[in-house]
Amino acid sequence: MYELKAVDKKFPGVHALKAIDFHIRRGEIVGLVGENGAGKSTLMKVIYGAYQPDGGQILINGSSVRFANPRQAMEKGIGMVFQEQSLIPNLTVMENIFLGYERQFVRFGVVDWKAMASAAKAQLAKVKLDIDPAMVTSKLSFAQRQLVELAKVLTLEERVDGDLVILLDEPTSVLSKEEVQMLFKLVRELTTRASFIFVSHRMDEVMALSDRIYVMKDGEVVDVVERGGATAEAIQHKMVGRNVDKEYYREHLQKPYDATKVLIEMAGVGLPGRIQDISLKLHAGEVLCLVGTEGSGREAILRTIYGMLTPATGRLVIKGEDANAFSPRQSVSHGVGYVPRERKIEGIVAGMNVYENMTLSQMKNHSSGGVLRVAEERALARDWIRKLSIKAHSEFADCGNLSGGNQQKVVLAKWRSAGSDIMLLDHPTRGLDIGAKEDVYDMIRAMSAAGVGIVLVADTLEEAIGLSHTIIVVKDGRIQKQFTCEPGAKPTPFDLLHYMI
Amino acid sequence: MSDVTRRISRETLIKWAPLLVLLALVIFFTALNPTFFSLRNFARIAIAASPALMVAVGVTFIIVMGSIDLSMEGTVSLTAVSFAFIFAQLGGSLGGLGWVAIPLVLVLGGLIGLLNGLVHVKLKIPSFMASLAMGFVGTGAAILLTGGDIVKVGDPAFRGLLTVRWLGFPLMVYVAAFFLLVGWFIQTHTTLGRNFYAVGGGEDLAHASGLNVTRVRVTGFALAGVFYAIAAILVVARIGQAESVTGANFMFVSITSVVVGGVALWGGIGGVWNALVGVLIVNVIDNGMVVIGLPDFLQAGVLGLLVILAVVLSTDRKMVSFVK
Repeated sequence: MYELKAVDKKFPGVHALKAIDFHIRRGEIVGLVGENGAGKSTLMKVIYGAYQPDGGQILINGSSVRFANPRQAMEKGIGMVFQEQSLIPNLTVMENIFLGYERQFVRFGVVDWKAMASAAKAQLAKVKLDIDPAMVTSKLSFAQRQLVELAKVLTLEERVDGDLVILLDEPTSVLSKEEVQMLFKLVRELTTRASFIFVSHRMDEVMALSDRIYVMKDGEVVDVVERGGATAEAIQHKMVGRNVDKEYYREHLQKPYDATKVLIEMAGVGLPGRIQDISLKLHAGEVLCLVGTEGSGREAILRTIYGMLTPATGRLVIKGEDANAFSPRQSVSHGVGYVPRERKIEGIVAGMNVYENMTLSQMKNHSSGGVLRVAEERALARDWIRKLSIKAHSEFADCGNLSGGNQQKVVLAKWRSAGSDIMLLDHPTRGLDIGAKEDVYDMIRAMSAAGVGIVLVADTLEEAIGLSHTIIVVKDGRIQKQFTCEPGAKPTPFDLLHYMI
Repeated sequence: MSDVTRRISRETLIKWAPLLVLLALVIFFTALNPTFFSLRNFARIAIAASPALMVAVGVTFIIVMGSIDLSMEGTVSLTAVSFAFIFAQLGGSLGGLGWVAIPLVLVLGGLIGLLNGLVHVKLKIPSFMASLAMGFVGTGAAILLTGGDIVKVGDPAFRGLLTVRWLGFPLMVYVAAFFLLVGWFIQTHTTLGRNFYAVGGGEDLAHASGLNVTRVRVTGFALAGVFYAIAAILVVARIGQAESVTGANFMFVSITSVVVGGVALWGGIGGVWNALVGVLIVNVIDNGMVVIGLPDFLQAGVLGLLVILAVVLSTDRKMVSFVK
């Protein structure tokens, strides 16, 4: 009934979807699995109309359609239940359900609240939620909001003639076990009304709910598994199954780290709702990789080390000193550098030039009495532009106009030139093309050889395995397992996946 | 590639547009009335522009940080009145102890700005609200001090700022030029100036780079306060008196100037030279309309339109999804 034929999507430097074929029958529940970056979210965006495919066709009941925006997709019966909930918290439940479609309740320019309330009640009954539709949404629990969101999407039933396709993006990530069971029961019952596409990191849930599972890797559908057609292990193999290229990750450059010199020690660190009982050690020259799914607590650990989050329990010791005041200032003065995932937000200041960005965290070293020694700053910048072969016309180039890879180099140079010997790298290769990625790998090896301790959250499992000395798998805020990654004796992605999902 | 060249040319255009507008205005008014282009008239414009320039330089730092300061009217009034009183108390002459009033008032301006910044940052009140309220407090305090009266400052030595001329321009113009250079030095050669741009360009990033964003903000407001106090002293020198409405109209004129001069309201872009060009544009229009004989009520309207035009031209509306 709903079908994608050879759908293609390209972004600058990335071929996100490669000739995807996908179809879903009436009343079917289809699972969609793949690693981060496999193209799941791009595919979903194409399906609900946020992206337009560059090639291929979208067919509904055999006829070709094209959506300019999500609203047009909704008018054809395609609804999305977002992972980051899309309800507006300060509006009431009924206002949220009918947001953008209030006109049906307007009489002579005035909203008939009673009519809207009873209509909302009818929608909520579909998802078996017995709450007052005039309640303010922020008072609901997460599970209730999820159901309201589902009810909102189900209003399509009355508005649209054809069949419904509803996308569920990680709907279980904030739910308890019982709530997940209830949601699944509900979704199965609702198949009389709609088809569902279910996206989740949790393999057991996908297998339990789906009639068929699409397995994605590198922008392609590598397999379609019927219910009961494969074990979880087999599917996981398909998700990652690729031979790791040892050259690519500079494995031959991996040197043993100095186990006698501990840079960071975390002991029983916990942050309610984020991480629990995290204990780990980072040594000089070690690349320690935190592996886990989105929201597993990897970022929280990084941000705690950097002082952006204050733990409720446990100790953090940086170079033998107990950290008690948690602030980036404190960490920076201890020689900690942080390369954030969102380069544009926390990495570089667009509008400032290369040397200004490079010295931003260390202006004290290049000033006396608050007056900057600009010539010295420029010399430093020229030096690092050469060292890292940053492609910028000069140290006066606006960082906002550099390519992603060169921006990342500026960020790395910023910390390295300030003498940081503990580097926290959050997805340092995200959004970079292959050449720039390799440059970043070279830099990581060079830093490690120079005795810098590195905590890495990698973009893919292969990257994590290829680069690291040590891998710590995190799930639901807890450390599941620690792997040692000697060159030649590295764990496989499949070994890690077991503990991740 | 064509995309890049277009953006660069657009950036270059935005960078130089204010100066081109200024030149066009000068040519326009000169064509209508040649007396506009004379040393006497330029001196008149410079005198009118000097205090406004000081206020504009002060508020430029704040806007570069991505905040806004609306306290200038109250701060200028209060510091002007305080200066007049202190100056009189200390003998009423620059020749005697009267000069001490100048550093005292600069410190006072700094303290008002400091308070302003602390209210904004510590109580987490948006800067426009905190500073607007502080401005009213300042005006109120000025009324309280004067009881609504005018305080005269007649010391000939002090009025020399206006009366003593050098190359056709009064001393106060050189004083303003000197402090403009001080502002430029702070902007380009101090960690504080760099911090303003970092905070305005990306506050999260500045924080993540280990900067003390709170301290930068408070210092910025204090610095602006000092510049407002300089403006107050220049106004008193120009008109020879201080009262509770001495600061009136500075808010509109200075913010207009800064924006017309090309300082981006969302922070990070522009500097004191933009403030200078903006102040000159506004004052050339003011003066030019008088010279060509247009009624003054038209001036405010023209300036208002100019602000909208400047913001429209300098905003890349594709990048801004919505504006609160």
